[in-house]
Amino acid sequence: MSVLVYLALYAGAAVFVAASLVRAWMYARAPLHLRWELYPVPHEDPAKVKHGGSYFEDKDWWTHKRAYNLAGELGVMVPEMLFLKALHEFNRKLWYRSFPFHFGLYLLIGACGLLLLAALLGLFAPTLMAGALGMAFHWLYTVVGVAGVALALVGAVGLLHRRLTDEDLKTYTTAGDIFNLLFFIVSFGVLCAGFLLRGPGGPGVLAMVQGLLTFNKTLEVPGLLAVGIVLCALLAAYIPLTHMSHFVGKYFTYHDVRWNDQVNLRGSKIEAKLVEYLTYKPTWSAPHVTADGKRTWADVATTNPWEGAKK
Amino acid sequence: MTDKIKLTDMSLPGRKPLAHVENKDLMPLPYPLESPEKDHGWTALTEKVMGAVECGLDDTCALNIPQPKTKEEEDELVKKFLAGLDKLFTKENNWTFLQPLVLSMEHCAKCQTCSDACHIYEASGGNELYRPTFRSEIVRRLYFKSVKHGGVLSAWQHGDIEINWPLVARLAELAYRCNLCRRCAQTCPIGADNGLVAHELRKLFSMELGISAKECHDNGSVLQLKVGSSTGMSSLVVKDNIEFIDEDMTEKTGIKVETPWDVEGADVLLIHNAGEIMAWPENPGAFAVILNAAGIKWTLSSELAGYDSINYGLWYDDAQFARVAIKHAQAAKNLGVKKIVLGECGHAHKALSVIADRVLTGDLNIPRESSMTLLRDIVMNGRLKLDPSRNDFPVTLHDPCNMVRLMGVVEPQREVIRKICPQFREMWPHGVDNYCCGGGSGFAIMSGNNFQDWRFHVSGRKKMEQVLNAFSDCMDPSIHKYICAPCSNCKGQFRDMLAYYDMWAKQSILYGGLVELIVNCMVDAKPGFIDWEWH
Ligand code: SF4
Ligand code: SF4
Repeated sequence: MSVLVYLALYAGAAVFVAASLVRAWMYARAPLHLRWELYPVPHEDPAKVKHGGSYFEDKDWWTHKRAYNLAGELGVMVPEMLFLKALHEFNRKLWYRSFPFHFGLYLLIGACGLLLLAALLGLFAPTLMAGALGMAFHWLYTVVGVAGVALALVGAVGLLHRRLTDEDLKTYTTAGDIFNLLFFIVSFGVLCAGFLLRGPGGPGVLAMVQGLLTFNKTLEVPGLLAVGIVLCALLAAYIPLTHMSHFVGKYFTYHDVRWNDQVNLRGSKIEAKLVEYLTYKPTWSAPHVTADGKRTWADVATTNPWEGAKK
Repeated sequence: MTDKIKLTDMSLPGRKPLAHVENKDLMPLPYPLESPEKDHGWTALTEKVMGAVECGLDDTCALNIPQPKTKEEEDELVKKFLAGLDKLFTKENNWTFLQPLVLSMEHCAKCQTCSDACHIYEASGGNELYRPTFRSEIVRRLYFKSVKHGGVLSAWQHGDIEINWPLVARLAELAYRCNLCRRCAQTCPIGADNGLVAHELRKLFSMELGISAKECHDNGSVLQLKVGSSTGMSSLVVKDNIEFIDEDMTEKTGIKVETPWDVEGADVLLIHNAGEIMAWPENPGAFAVILNAAGIKWTLSSELAGYDSINYGLWYDDAQFARVAIKHAQAAKNLGVKKIVLGECGHAHKALSVIADRVLTGDLNIPRESSMTLLRDIVMNGRLKLDPSRNDFPVTLHDPCNMVRLMGVVEPQREVIRKICPQFREMWPHGVDNYCCGGGSGFAIMSGNNFQDWRFHVSGRKKMEQVLNAFSDCMDPSIHKYICAPCSNCKGQFRDMLAYYDMWAKQSILYGGLVELIVNCMVDAKPGFIDWEWH
């Protein structure tokens, strides 16, 4: 049983990381698109961010040195990532469900990190972990983990309830959307039940993580808990294969689209990229485009099919 | 209102319109337009139109797509549509928007946060067809089914849609029920962009099937590339018109006005939306008065497209967009000017300053600046003698989406107005949170069939509400009121919509640009530049 649990966890984590990276790589390697920013852009000059202004508000803007306001960008990014600020502002009803769900997941990830650290310290510095530090870790990952699972579970149930009852959402809800939420609820539910009903005498959570790290086959993982862990591993592998991978997508929608106001200066890297793209050969079929698969974008853009034609 | 429609209804055979909206369904307006019964009725599409073109979506028809005669013809069109859809997702055909489009396809959480932000959805009384995600969700399903070759599992995960000609024809129309204002995108917690999806759909139809709004293509970008301007004015005609405007302005202001043409090495190449020259000549006239008085070394260009800043390709076609942007840059390059300044036209601002930034390379990459910035500099640095008491009437400011939310030019025009208009009041919301005038993305110039009815009742309704609210303290026909809309397309929408509701005759609400307000309070000019006459 323990071997199966270990394999599921390693495989789940590996698929999660690999699929997320592949997705990120696919977005990152897409050509630099035309500018499509949306104001306010938070890395602008703070005086401009207040009203959503841009450097286009400055006379002869190209003669000014542009400052990158990292603090401004972090000031939007961090509350957005941690507290789903946009949802809080524009869709409060959904935020009451979505925030606990997402924050619960963050706490769970945090608890996993703490457990891993505690397990490693326990393996490599057992004396250090024997006393108060070990106890502190124990309480910390237990509280954070339990709070995480509870919040995520409550949030997921709330989201499912809304999906099933809100008229506005019904038209757009697919079987997959329901399945996804049920997958969370069942996985976390079984994990919770397995943890609470694991009975005395079995290995603790820390021991299980140490078993995972050392591939300790002798460890007896209680049945229900093992099922919960395997389900969570499957869930982790599944998430990046779906639209729920928006933790990857969102990085690009914000940084590469909404906030990408990088200027194309003569001789810049951007210009070099554009020069390359202008050699691409489009195949659009409408006659006015004058694309035939042999002519480049530069040819198309500098062709005026109506030059000299009378009105 | 018709029953709530479903995504799958888009594929229903036949041409029966899916959605119907009546005045009583619409978002209520404040005084004096609060009564749906007294509102204009909608002109119905004629039998002839219904029998000849595709109008199976709603009460109107923007594109006039001829009805295919045979099943084979329909199948051929569907095949072309799917080929175009594939092309949208290749870098060779769509490097320009590939990444944002894929992101919007793959990450919508279907949370509907964006719906409340859309003025069209709200004004329609929450008609499902006009929900920002309705269109996007169809495209998303097509993406997973056709482009990604998704099977049963994918249909279960992403939802299925039947692909047939009625779906394609309705989708083409639906791409023209969005102002591309991207207010919805601003509220999306994920960063998905329904405005972009509508934009890309329009591109697919134009660049693969040659289907687009006649006003944007044939009478728009094609005419501009053919004769130099979508107004149809050649350089000779435009010079004549400007000469006439100069004379008129000289008489009106008492200041000798002369517009310089083709001045090599000028500091500023000013490019107007040529529609101003035809419809609102006092706008280019006022620009000339101000720039001359401020001592700016400026010029207009008489090169092909160099005297018309419009770039309608922005709304529907990358090839047309790039061609016109290059013409604008070439006009500046040939004159060797230091910078291009864009007159009062929002989409021209965004087209040449923001979007064309990654089209123009080498010596075509000439600095572009907003006229709002230049005017702010002139006014705030005391380069004109101004008497704000001449502008002592209620003024509100409309924010053109392309200039504000999509380009970040928010404050310069406000600084000017605050300085010269004692009774300035903001609309709410404003700035980057503004609502589109309802004429964005080409609608202001589109009036085929009964499309105007739709754009006044639905797409322009929210703006009408904002205007009435901004002037609610002075709803008295004896008080002249001014909507400052520093954008030709927005002005076109205001002109048509205010006339439709008779708001000049009944409430003395006039509209105009920013430069008119400046000249109206120039001490050196005769008083009364704004003549409070409807035109
Ligand atoms: S576009 Fe954004 S706000 Fe709209 S439904 Fe999709 S995720 Fe939600
Ligand atoms: S871009 Fe504007 S008009 Fe189009 S769906 Fe979004 S909010 Fe509505």
